[in-house]
Amino acid sequence: MLDKLVYYFTFPYVRYAFIVGVLIAVCSALLGVTLVLKRYSFIGDGLSHVAFGGIAIASVVGISNDMLLVLPITVISAVLLLRTGQNAKIKGDAAIAMISVGALALGYLMMNVFNVSSNLAGDVCTTLFGAMSILTLQPEEVWLCIGLSILIVALFIIFYNRIFAVTFDENFARAVGTRVNFYNLMIAILIAVIIVLAMNLVGSLLISALVIFPALSAMRIYKSFLSVTICSVVLSVVCATIGMLLAILYGTPVGSTIVAVDIAAFFLCSLVGRLTKRS
Amino acid sequence: MAQLICKDLSLGYDGEVIQDKLNFEVTEGDYLCIVGENGSGKSTLMKTILGLTKPMGGEVLFEEDLTAKSIGYLPQQTLVQRDFPASVKEIVLSGCQGRGQKRFFYTAEDKAMAKKNMQRMDIYDLRNRCYRELSGGQQQRVLLARALCATKKMLLLDEPVTGLDPRVAAELYQVVKDLNEKDHISVIMISHDIQAAVQYAKHVLHIGSHNFYGTRDEYVKSALGQQFISVEKGEEAAHA
Repeated sequence: MLDKLVYYFTFPYVRYAFIVGVLIAVCSALLGVTLVLKRYSFIGDGLSHVAFGGIAIASVVGISNDMLLVLPITVISAVLLLRTGQNAKIKGDAAIAMISVGALALGYLMMNVFNVSSNLAGDVCTTLFGAMSILTLQPEEVWLCIGLSILIVALFIIFYNRIFAVTFDENFARAVGTRVNFYNLMIAILIAVIIVLAMNLVGSLLISALVIFPALSAMRIYKSFLSVTICSVVLSVVCATIGMLLAILYGTPVGSTIVAVDIAAFFLCSLVGRLTKRS
Repeated sequence: MAQLICKDLSLGYDGEVIQDKLNFEVTEGDYLCIVGENGSGKSTLMKTILGLTKPMGGEVLFEEDLTAKSIGYLPQQTLVQRDFPASVKEIVLSGCQGRGQKRFFYTAEDKAMAKKNMQRMDIYDLRNRCYRELSGGQQQRVLLARALCATKKMLLLDEPVTGLDPRVAAELYQVVKDLNEKDHISVIMISHDIQAAVQYAKHVLHIGSHNFYGTRDEYVKSALGQQFISVEKGEEAAHA
């Protein structure tokens, strides 16, 4: 079994996939804690569907590097979603559901009407579930991913105390003069970037899992914001690693294998949380 | 000396005026209770004092070394906080962010301040406990300690005893009273609890269709005060 793994790791694309997978796991888990606590879990879901729509447009228009189109579209949607969340005319959750299914439906419709590929079902499935696209990463994409991940982690560390304050109590933070809207905007943009990065790994349907599962699992066990954040990152990396190794060994789809491991970890953490609470 | 003066303040939102020409002031060491019916503009007044909403007319003036940002604010609890995984220490420390606007990390001074205020609120032993596992009264003490980290002079409390049982509520009132009398921190309290207001306050501001501002004794004697107090008593009798 080890021989098999070593053999696979001699291929550069497997190493690329591995690096990108771990980085995405770190970033999504960092932001995941804040998103879950701010009751923004569904923003991740909504944005991932927007990103799917973006990819559909990119493939119809025929842009080779779809990141250039998908990233701005997703970031703009994140900003808009956040604005509607504050504005009471259409409630946040309804707005997210609307944009999310709207983008999904229109994206699929466009891919159908302007059928550019011979294997439509395969394309859609790849975009939704990640399938094998992570194994076709180019070195530039890997570097882009490394750069953005460093940026996300750095921003998170620098603004850690502010993010905590804004997550725990927006009203108080606003009263002492913290620019709450600015930080909310930053969180939304960061999550949009992470989602676009993660599209390659798990596909647009499963991104939310990567964002919320490690955070929820960590919250079962730990009781301070710092320990929850750290545990969530560690857990996310471990799960992503195990998931990718299993996927390589048994030839299962990468995205769904990682999510399956995340789910298993969640139940394990719930159990541990219960047991430690009793004692 | 007045720390805070509200001069001809007009309040409202979406272009609609709820309160016109409010005049009152808070002097050093004062204890002002703001009472009034729902929808009378209490929370808009609070936001205006904190500088979160612009007044529609008039102005809020502060003494030289006090600003809206250096008021210690105790907001009402939100749904998000009920199951929030954060330690007491983390929450109290976050109160220090008002003072060091430009810094992103806490200094030793901030930590000493947080420790002092946790001891002051008698929650230092709970510092590593999780916020969501505390009782309602303990949670309010945590938030009060956080507010004290943000201020040296003035506390603004928004319905601080909501959801607390009477004994715990009385304890909290006592804590606030001590802060006011021993540490000379001015207190502005928005409250539904008219009994407590007339028991602890030095001044009362009643806003509604008729406004009143004056000392507690004047309020108790005033027609408006008597009417409001008796209504509350009646409600309590009806509940009992």
